[in-house]
Amino acid sequence: MVSTSSTSHEDVYAGSSETRDARADRVFTVSGQDWDEIASGLKDENDGDGGDAYERIVVNMGPQHPSTHGVLRLILELEGETVTEARCGIGYLHTGIEKNMEYRSWVQGTTFCTRMDYLSPFFNEMTYALGVERLLGIEDGPDGVPEKAQVMRVLLMELNRISSHLVCIATGGMEIGALTVMTIGFRERELVLDLFELITGLRMNHAFIRPGGVAQDLPVGALEEIRGFVALMKKRLPEYAALCNANPIFKARLEGVGHLDLEGCLALGLTGPVLRSTGYPWDLRKTSPYSGYETYDFDVQTWDTSDSYGRFRVRLNEMWESLKIIEQAADRLARMEGEPVMIADKKIAWPSQLAIGSDGMGNSLDHIRTIMGESMEALIHHFKLVTEGFRVPPGQAYVPVESPRGELGAHVVSDGGTRPFRAHFRDPSFNNLQAMGVMSEGSMIADVIVAIASIDPVMGGVDR
Amino acid sequence: MTDEKKVDGPAEAVEQPAVEQSPENVPAPTGEVRKIGERHGMFGVTGTGDTSGYGGLVAPVVYPAATERPYGGWFDIVADGLDPLIESVVIHRGEITFHIAPDNLVAAAKLLRDDPSLRFELCAGVSGVHYPGDTGRELHAVYSFLSMTYNRRIRVEVSVPDADPHLPSLCGVYPAVDWHEREAFDMFGLVFDGHPALTRILMPDDWPGHPQRKDYPLGGIPVEYKGGTIPPPDQRRSYS
Repeated sequence: MVSTSSTSHEDVYAGSSETRDARADRVFTVSGQDWDEIASGLKDENDGDGGDAYERIVVNMGPQHPSTHGVLRLILELEGETVTEARCGIGYLHTGIEKNMEYRSWVQGTTFCTRMDYLSPFFNEMTYALGVERLLGIEDGPDGVPEKAQVMRVLLMELNRISSHLVCIATGGMEIGALTVMTIGFRERELVLDLFELITGLRMNHAFIRPGGVAQDLPVGALEEIRGFVALMKKRLPEYAALCNANPIFKARLEGVGHLDLEGCLALGLTGPVLRSTGYPWDLRKTSPYSGYETYDFDVQTWDTSDSYGRFRVRLNEMWESLKIIEQAADRLARMEGEPVMIADKKIAWPSQLAIGSDGMGNSLDHIRTIMGESMEALIHHFKLVTEGFRVPPGQAYVPVESPRGELGAHVVSDGGTRPFRAHFRDPSFNNLQAMGVMSEGSMIADVIVAIASIDPVMGGVDR
Repeated sequence: MTDEKKVDGPAEAVEQPAVEQSPENVPAPTGEVRKIGERHGMFGVTGTGDTSGYGGLVAPVVYPAATERPYGGWFDIVADGLDPLIESVVIHRGEITFHIAPDNLVAAAKLLRDDPSLRFELCAGVSGVHYPGDTGRELHAVYSFLSMTYNRRIRVEVSVPDADPHLPSLCGVYPAVDWHEREAFDMFGLVFDGHPALTRILMPDDWPGHPQRKDYPLGGIPVEYKGGTIPPPDQRRSYS
């Protein structure tokens, strides 16, 4: 059905008055039929000669399109199959997390921000916790976050980096038709999620890294599971290389597509694998280490092609580096059995730990016995800390971390109260998605998909 | 110190050097301290309930005051480069914040980007903050700049009044702030003059108001669970 604004089929979202200009004075609304029909219909509308509209078409791709990597709406102006202009429409997954955090205590904020970039929840928690810890002045030192918590954070973040890169490679492969890459990618990701479930109790939305440390100690047997996973991944990761690295179809789809050089990356603020695919080894784990990253042995992975293929190779290589870090962290944790995972300051540390009961994990009965039967002061303290929370001195902090997608930072502002005055997340997906237009204008529609997949935006993080 | 004491105690040991004699012992003068809010009572609760006897307590909300030179380390190098454009400098928890007037923002950004001694290649974005109590400068735009050459990170803060929320756009200097400025406009109503297309980005185009301002309610409905009714989060008992 081809309709113009001059007929009764008015499009309420694109009235003719909004789009009227010298080139396009009509809006055509097309809803799914044969391309020939559309083209001939357009020809008719233009008094038989076709005109501009015959060649020039604006297509809304998404927000429900399966290959736009989430609820992302692409507004593409096409000339035949070539994209002449490309813009993003975002906001379809806006959930007001930042606003909601202002109405919860500092610890509860973790529960919210973990849901932003749902493929890398530990990084969201980490940058928020680091910001709060900086304002509290407990970043390091003997009274700060304990060593074991730092190692567990590194361990979880690197596991998370692997699972996030796996999803990126898997969905990116699926979007260009490489379905085997998708199936094996999600197969391995399940293994990581199983580890998350073992350690935190949840596959996502963990709220595990909290201001002052982490929520729980490692469960019994976790280190063996992690070592088994690392050994398995060392067998499985070469499969990706064997499937893709020299695959002529894969290379033909990725090489030279979504090109963005170093200058472009810096002007548009791109970080992460996109920046490293230009050959610039910028990684916040090396340049401004947090959680003791400077004490781990790993390399920053780069590639020199500035294209989608380079970003794929950077991600693949980064998973190997993550495995190296995980092994080192596991070795350290093996020597730290029984050490605290939460700051010693009882004014900040959550008073109770969970315990395994006959019906699964739940409240620690020992703790309940203490506060209900033995110590009135402990009960008051527990009540105050859980309902009221702790106060954070006024000020602002921004402690970015290297998330799988680039620089993720939380701008945390406190007015001295028990709630965040403002928590703003500089999400790398949000920033990097700006490069979509530059990467895809002048290319084929099919290459737009590849370019976006190489940015790896997660809409939960983009829209927050 | 005084003559009477000198009789009893050791002759010279108690003598305190005067300010003129040892200026290095004088505490550095602190900058202006601005009160941008008030905290009432002991626990921050409103309405009934503060039975502690401290319900009448009024405490000012004060942010870290401006720092005086020398700032230490590379902070001074960056401050030298920006010097005439700076309103004040705050160093808190090892992070440096330059407060800059809106009129100087673009000049400062150009300096930050182009000056060989500064080289802040990357602008990580802008975050709006609404301080309703900071009269005359209610809306703050907070930029984070990163110099990859020197591995330095600074914060630049621009404050504008709620009545005239205009500040220049940095899009021409750092194209990266395009969407960030749109978000700050969407959420706080900060108007970035010179932005090529300052439209809403996260909220629908026809949305009324700017949701992350403090005067914008959170919204929500009471939820019933097992006979009890829990009010929406912004109407619950608050201790902040």
